[in-house]
Amino acid sequence: MTANRPRYLRQLRALLWKEALVESRSRETVLAAVIFALLILVIFSFAFDLRVDQAAAVAPGVLWVTFSFAGDIALGRTFARERDRRTLDVLLLAPVDRSAIYLAKLAAVVATMLLVEIVAVPASIGLFNLRVDGPRLALSLGLGTLGFAGVGTLLAAVTAHTRAREALLPLLLFPLQVPVILATVKSTAAAIQVPGGEAADAGSWLALLAGFDVLFLGLSVLLFDYAIADD
Amino acid sequence: MLRADSEELERGVTTRALGIGSLLLLVVSTYGTFFLARPDRVQGDAARIVYFHVPMAWVAFLAFFVVFIAGIAYLRTRKAIWDHVGRASAEVGVLFTTLVLVTGSIWGFPIWGTWWSWDPKLTTTLILWFLYLGYLMVRAYAEPPRGPRYAALLGILGFADVPIVYLSSVWWRTLHPAPVIGPLAAQQPSASIVWLLLLSLAAFTLFYAFLVAVRVRIEQVGAGLRSQGEVPSYADAPIGSPAPHGGAARI
Repeated sequence: MTANRPRYLRQLRALLWKEALVESRSRETVLAAVIFALLILVIFSFAFDLRVDQAAAVAPGVLWVTFSFAGDIALGRTFARERDRRTLDVLLLAPVDRSAIYLAKLAAVVATMLLVEIVAVPASIGLFNLRVDGPRLALSLGLGTLGFAGVGTLLAAVTAHTRAREALLPLLLFPLQVPVILATVKSTAAAIQVPGGEAADAGSWLALLAGFDVLFLGLSVLLFDYAIADD
Repeated sequence: MLRADSEELERGVTTRALGIGSLLLLVVSTYGTFFLARPDRVQGDAARIVYFHVPMAWVAFLAFFVVFIAGIAYLRTRKAIWDHVGRASAEVGVLFTTLVLVTGSIWGFPIWGTWWSWDPKLTTTLILWFLYLGYLMVRAYAEPPRGPRYAALLGILGFADVPIVYLSSVWWRTLHPAPVIGPLAAQQPSASIVWLLLLSLAAFTLFYAFLVAVRVRIEQVGAGLRSQGEVPSYADAPIGSPAPHGGAARI
């Protein structure tokens, strides 16, 4: 794989192009995930009394529950779509490295989730009347999204071949995601400025997120072949 | 139908020895828990549950460690025995995790005044419970040849996650000060407590080995029968095929 770097990159580019093309033609995943996220935000506003003094305390949790649900939709679609159209077998027959398939799928899920966040974060800032520290929020969102999608893409490949499918994915994904949820909620909270409040330090949470990302991205690349191979 | 060769016989003897040994030790440690151990100065009789609760927690963690090792071994060797061991250990592990959560709550209510607290150990145990329930569900729902492979994969992922879950829940609680808990850690345990605890640990570990041995045996017999087509299994049928008729009656 490393000996043939240009070839690997070519494969990766082709797979990324395929993901983008399929999504741009069907628009079923991104649109569904974005609208779903906005709906969840509105429902949270109904469910909790989000006045200004409470919003800063509740908003990080609301945001990450929203992103987790939207991410779950994006992950559920990514391999289910291949299965429904019977393109997964063809994809596996193609002479490409399996890890390239994983990375392309991961990139598609991350891109979908980032699009959701690009829409939902300004919306929630408006809805809940928040003041945020942009770069710190972006760092927290980026690391959290990568951690969520990294192991999520592997599990989506697994659950696509089970009877319960979409029902099973969150049951496997969310317990594994507990550290990511805790760390992102804490670091997102640190990026939200509370009037008169002290800036909280989120350094150790971001380090934990980075550690989780590295460990589980590595494991996912290693194990992806077992998740998708037919034997 | 099953070969009654010397290996078979030997395994039966080992399993029986494990069963009898764990039964004896459990009887002795249970007697010690209720009749030899004195009531705790602070907690009274409630403290006796430690001789069940701690060994159960140990067995649960041991079981998931075995699932992890069996998962790696299965992916490397593809030998069915590792899959059987992983499945058996996960089932016993989930059972004991449930018991740990229940006995912990029973102890927590009189001592802490609450059934549940988001203490890091409790949080981690609860997440473990969810993780390995998911593991068992994947085994049940995966399309036929894939179940063992997926399960092995999840066993590895789940175990890798445990230290991070624990660390994050420690930090989470440190940031939100909780009521000071953990009375056992605050005092120096006497030698008799330590001995009784070690005895209970040994008893429950043997019991775990016995349960896993029996479960693996059932798994092997089941696999043998299925390969001979004697037990139609719904789990092994392709999706969309009708459920087998009278499957249980033919065993």
